[in-house]
This record gives sequence, structure tokens and C-alpha cells, in this order.
Amino acid sequence: MAFDTAAEIVHAIRSGQTSAVEVCHDALNRIRRGDEALHAFLEVTADIALNRAAALDTARDDWDRLPLLGVPVAIKDNICTQRIPTTAGSKILSGYRPPYNATAVDRLIAAGAVIVGKTNCDEFAMGSSTENSAYGVTRNPWAHDRTPGGSSGGSAAAVAARMLPLALGSETGGSVRQPASLCGVVGVKPTYGRVSRYGLLAFASSLDQIGPIATTVADAAALLEAIAGPDARDSTAANTPVPHYAEALTGDIRGLRVGVPRKIITAGTDREVLEAFDQALDVLKEQGASIQDVELPHSSHAIPVYYLLATAEASSNLARYDGVRYGYRARNAATLGDMYDRTRDEGFGPEVKRRIMLGTYVLSSGYYDAYYLKAQQVRTLIRRDYDTAFEAVDLIAMPTSPTPAFKLGERTADPIKMYLADVFTVGANLAGLPALTVPCGMTPDRLPIGLQLTGRLMDEATMFRAADAFERVTPFARSRPQA
Amino acid sequence: MPADFSSDDLLRLARLARIELTEAERVLFGPQLARILEYARTVQQIDTAGVPPTSHPLGTSAPMRPDTRLPSLERDEVVAQAPDADTQAGLFKVPRVLG
Repeated sequence: MAFDTAAEIVHAIRSGQTSAVEVCHDALNRIRRGDEALHAFLEVTADIALNRAAALDTARDDWDRLPLLGVPVAIKDNICTQRIPTTAGSKILSGYRPPYNATAVDRLIAAGAVIVGKTNCDEFAMGSSTENSAYGVTRNPWAHDRTPGGSSGGSAAAVAARMLPLALGSETGGSVRQPASLCGVVGVKPTYGRVSRYGLLAFASSLDQIGPIATTVADAAALLEAIAGPDARDSTAANTPVPHYAEALTGDIRGLRVGVPRKIITAGTDREVLEAFDQALDVLKEQGASIQDVELPHSSHAIPVYYLLATAEASSNLARYDGVRYGYRARNAATLGDMYDRTRDEGFGPEVKRRIMLGTYVLSSGYYDAYYLKAQQVRTLIRRDYDTAFEAVDLIAMPTSPTPAFKLGERTADPIKMYLADVFTVGANLAGLPALTVPCGMTPDRLPIGLQLTGRLMDEATMFRAADAFERVTPFARSRPQA
Repeated sequence: MPADFSSDDLLRLARLARIELTEAERVLFGPQLARILEYARTVQQIDTAGVPPTSHPLGTSAPMRPDTRLPSLERDEVVAQAPDADTQAGLFKVPRVLG
């Protein structure tokens, strides 16, 4: 017996068709069978998960108020899990077991979810291919010689391979949506502030946000609902009520206005991606939505703005990794200063060092105004473009990624080429807007293509409604990689 | 602004960032950082006169909460995570500060 979606699992446990322990065993078996080839997981917490599942099976009185009852969930390894190794894919945090859970993890547990392990990612979420992990690459379940995308590549690959129905990822510039798109699953970047960042290892604090990865829009919405909401431990978590998203999933998008920034998506996008995107727009139109052009004139600057801001914030956030309080420490250093310098050289990988150095430069005396302040001002212009566009439309549609999954090793020598994987996703991060990807096509080689929908601030419900309506009438969310 | 990163520029940055770079990393990072910076420099051509900077996408100010005492993390568990810690004494340990 096998249940693929979170909704099916919750229903099957409540109706007595299965138990949380059986579901947990099933997920652990799928991981055991599938992960040798993919390496999506850095840690599988089988004993903790089975104990938790057994406890849920006996707590029948609680079942009705647990929206994720018995659902196995994987957690990206840059999100803190109490007493469970949390490395963010970095050698500098090798062996670290956080003394606390991230708020999102606590809320998952409170919702009845069963955490089964930690997933691979680019080191400190810096990358678009999961090749920057200190613990080896993850492979795309659709083609093992290709990247799953990144940085949440482990989470996306695990869900795409149907090892489990749900995973948490995190975004700074597209790190949930891009891998979800390349792996053919649903990925959501909530509005900045929708989900507490407490316990998310900080990369760029004005951009970072935890988000769901799932095989269906309904599951992704249920996961977001479980983890969202204000948190006294994160002052940037918005004090905005969280809707019951299931009510938004009506299947009815008549009258919905969808904007397409045609100018920015035609250059540099693969033909097969554009074709799938245009066909997706036709589907939305047939369902009663109207499609119109919108302009996002400053979007061409989004990638450079992003790399100036994100590296600056990273250089500050990653100063804490110094070998004193956790993780890795260089051996035989004569002085404290020597220990810092060598710990950081030996503990960080090349991409993290590049970004710390660039961020240090951007923030250094004499360059701050020309780079950091300037980038913050252009960020305002990018936000205003979206504000203007949303006066005329309810959602903005773009491809999620300009290409399907690329080959492992293809872009590692060229940082800028790697950065361009995020060209359609960073805008939502800079503007703080919610955005998601939903599968919308397949290349002739059977590589998934994703449709991206961006909504107004705090209006995840509208993009869930449109993506769910799209999913109902298209076959892509149900297609899965060969085992 | 340097059009390229000289070895001295890199060393200065590495000192500020407290990362001891190997010779091989210096050779690799110099041209890469110069190229990334040249690319990022395109934002300087945009007219931003009178445009306020964005540091928080929602533009909200930090909310207040009641100043109540809450339990801290367990000291023993925290110290146990540190390399070379003196867990008996409950202390982090580091090499001597002066060389």
C-alpha cells in the first residue's frame, strides 16, 4: 500500500487504512531504495521518526486537530533540528547538533508531521545546483547526470522521486522554486515575513525565507499553512493572520488577470521552455483567466542587485563561523587570530569564500555607497515595478528557470553562468513577493519545465488557486521519474 | 575602483573577511571576483536620484513584545557543541589571544 500525497496519508491514517508507523516505514524504505543513486539525504533519522510515528498512532484523541498527521517530511540541512546534525552542506558545521528546533520545524511537529531526515543543499544555500555541498552532489531523479537545481536540491529530488510527499527548502534568490522546477514538483517562496526565520541558518537576512516543496499545490499550501504566522523569536515574521488555504483551491479562475513580462523572458530562454510556457498560458486562458503584457523595466538588473545585497549580508552573517562555539576548528593554530583565519579557509568551500570576499568588498569603506546603497535603491525601483504591474493584474507569470536541468559540472567553472539560473526568480525575493512553481511541461528528453506565478504581498492564496486550477487540468504534476 | 583585483587587494579583503587564502585560491579568485564585480557594476548606470533604499521588503518596523523572562538554552548542551570546549567547567576554549 502506498500513499503519495500528504492529503492521502492523513486521510488514510484517520480512516484506519494505515498507521503512521506503516507510512513511516514506507518512506524509510523508499529512501533506502532510492537514495543510493540520488544522494538527496545527508541524514536519515529512522529511529526518531519511528518513535514519533508510534506516539502519533496511540494519540487518537489528537488526530482531528493534526493537519499533517503522520506525514513524513524532510528538512533542508540549513534549518535547525534539535540534536539532529545540521550542517548547511558545510564542513565548517560538521558534527553540529543544534540545541533547538527552528520555529518551522516545531510547527511541523505540532501539526503531526514526522521528520525523517535532513536533505543536501549548496553550502549555506549558496548555489543553484547543489554542487556546492561539502558532502557530495545530489542527482536529478529524471536524469542522473543532471543537477536537481539548488540550493534546495536534496529536498526537491527527494519529493520528485516520491521518497516522501513534503520537504522544507529555503530561498534567498530562487533556491526552492528553481530546484522544484528542475525536478518537476511544486515549490513555494512565501511572502517575506510569512514564515519565521528563527532557526534558519542566516545567509541574507533581508531575503531569506523558508518554503514548501510538494507534489501537489494542495499539499504545498497545507504545509505553508502549518509553518506560517507570527513568531516572537523573529521580529521580521509578519503579524498577519494565515488564511485557510484549502478554501482558496476552488478550481475557478474565471476573471483572473495574469500579467506576462514578455520582454524579459524572450532573451536567453530555451525554446522548449518558452513553448511550454506559452501552452501553459493558453490553459489558463481556456480556464477563464485573461492574459496581458506587463512591464518590469528594472528586472534586467535584478541579478547584479541580488548579488551585491546577498553577498554583503552573507559576509556579515557568516562572520559567526569562527571555530569557537560550534562545528569545525583548524588544528594546531598558535593564536586565536590564526585559528579564525585557518578555520574559515579550511571550513568554507570556494563559492562561500567568493561571496564572503565580494560582500566584504561591497561593504568596505569607500565602496559602500557605490555598491550596497546603490543596490538597495535599485531594489526599490524593482519593487515599484511590481507595484505598478499589480495595479493591472492579479498574478505575474514567467517560466521558473530559463533552461531545464543542466548537466552536473556544466556551470561550476563559471560563477556568473550559474548565477543566471536565478534570472526569473530573484525578482520576487528582492520585492518580498510570494511566488511558486508548478510543473507545466516536459522537454522531448523528459526533463521537467516549471511555470512560475508571482502574487501580491501576503496573497499566497491567489497563486495557490491559479496553480491548483492549472494542475487539475494538466498531467504534469502526476508524471514521475522512472524508478 | 580597481578594474582587476591585484594580489594585494585580495589579501586586504581576505584579512577583513578573516579567511587565510591559499596561493591556489588567490590565483582562482582574483579574476573571478573582478568579473563578478564588473558585472555587478552595471547597476551604477541606473538613475537612482531621490530613490530611498530598501532594506526590508515590507517596509515594516520591528514589532514590540512584552519583556518577559524565558528559559535560556541549556548551557551544558550548548558548550558541548564547541570544539575543544571544557565541558566540566562549562567554558569555550580558544588558543591564546596574543602570538
